[in-house]
Amino acid sequence: MRRIVPIGPYHPLQEEPEFFKLIVEGEKVVDLEINIGYNHRGHEFISPTLTWDQVTFLVERICGICSDSHPYAYVLAVEDCAHVEPPPRAQYIRTIIGELERIHSHYLWLGLAGHFIGYNTVWMWVWRYREPLLDIFELIMGNRNHYAINKIGGARRDILPEDYPKIEKYLDLLEKKNAMFTKAILDDPVIKARLEDVGVLTKEDAIAYGVLGPTARGSGYAIDVRKDDPYDAYDKVDWDMVFFEEGDVLAKAKVRLIECDESIKIVRQCLKTMPDGPFETRVDDIPPGEGIGRHEAPRGEVFHYVRSDGSNMPVRHKVRAPSFMNIVSNIVAVRGYSIADAALVLAAVDPCYCCTERTLVYEGGKKRYTGQDLLKLSWEKTEKIRRRYRR
Amino acid sequence: MKKGYSKKILEEISAKFPEVSVKIHSPRRTYIRISREKVYDFAKYLFEEKGFRLSIATGIDTRDGVEIIYHFSHDEAGTYYNIKTVIPKDDLKIRSLALLLPAANWIEREMHELLGIDFIGHPNLIPLLTAETWPADLHPLRRDYANEHKDIKTKKKP
Repeated sequence: MRRIVPIGPYHPLQEEPEFFKLIVEGEKVVDLEINIGYNHRGHEFISPTLTWDQVTFLVERICGICSDSHPYAYVLAVEDCAHVEPPPRAQYIRTIIGELERIHSHYLWLGLAGHFIGYNTVWMWVWRYREPLLDIFELIMGNRNHYAINKIGGARRDILPEDYPKIEKYLDLLEKKNAMFTKAILDDPVIKARLEDVGVLTKEDAIAYGVLGPTARGSGYAIDVRKDDPYDAYDKVDWDMVFFEEGDVLAKAKVRLIECDESIKIVRQCLKTMPDGPFETRVDDIPPGEGIGRHEAPRGEVFHYVRSDGSNMPVRHKVRAPSFMNIVSNIVAVRGYSIADAALVLAAVDPCYCCTERTLVYEGGKKRYTGQDLLKLSWEKTEKIRRRYRR
Repeated sequence: MKKGYSKKILEEISAKFPEVSVKIHSPRRTYIRISREKVYDFAKYLFEEKGFRLSIATGIDTRDGVEIIYHFSHDEAGTYYNIKTVIPKDDLKIRSLALLLPAANWIEREMHELLGIDFIGHPNLIPLLTAETWPADLHPLRRDYANEHKDIKTKKKP
């Protein structure tokens, strides 16, 4: 017998409000319907009513967690349209902020993933070492989030040389702790049993659905804008692309963990080799034409397309966030797994916990599961596995 | 890994589809103009034979009609091939790519509701982003909508 388990309209584990309709047979999920649009704010409509510089601040508000990635892709698009090359120092500054943001975003995910499978220790520890990073952001840019570092033709702020040691000190700490997390998480048999072979997205599906970022790289689909289409300082530093073949939740977690190490590597090299000089150029007008900007955000490639008619406002501005492509792939990734796994699989793409309490499951008009119950289901499964290993 | 646009790929494209016009904006950004009837075959060729990834499609309401740009990414070379086609405003129809490329499913649903383009052969062409109560004949990214709702900002003020 088929039943419907609705999750949403505020998804428990994901940032955006979205509605997942799990179609289940007993415990097994057989199909998934996705409904989004609860948070449609019409950025593409507002953007042509603002000037080129104002749009940078508008797109910064698209995402709260990776608030650097959209303005980054946007300024790259406008620079592509106007054929402007930012000064070298600005390129390094942008790269450093982009990478620091990746670390903070991956740590946010890691902490939440730990919470969902009942490892609250992971959650607490990971977030403890994420906190000093937000202080670094505040130190450099005055804000813990919404950094406003990007500007058409450069960066809005400089990273002062006296702040370098503070960043490096944090990176030293983080490198040690990241190695500890990687070891703790990958060596734990219970976590392995809980995450391995869950929510497998095959490489064929990954290509067909056009998924991006860690979701793609966890499925052996090795795409990374920083390597494929290097921009700013990414081709001037030495780093490796991380990818795994398995396609399950564990592979996605591994990609994110090891990617943090690569990010540390990139930031260190950038700090060491950052040239002196101006960090912005003056861009007076944007000639008619079109431009494309792509930036590898923590969740995948952010794509911005702008068209100019030579005036002070864009004619058309297209924004494509990575989740737009990644969420659709849940339809194939979640099929055949239990409800306890589904919460985790849906979160493997990208999570946020702000709205869990709004998750209700109705059967015949009667409330059955709340968000807490979903978590409990997941925790119980982990506990079962844990007990099995104890024996 | 070879970087930048490849002359070979462009030669192959123009040998197979002689009617296309190619404009190279920068080494990694190429714009290709093609007629509406050929888009499906061209997309099929790029996806199945060349292994390009459909990144996104942009719809733009212009003076000559509604323009659709399919942004295809060639990840090995880091190049974007942007397939442009213009469809007249009195006949907003084009063949859907959704069955060929699952990635096009949501992309086309979004364009359908925001620009009113009819994708023939799409399995489930229902609104994606707009509210359930939003009128089906109102397309927010069309010029006429923008002109009618110019004062949308001032209206909000109490």
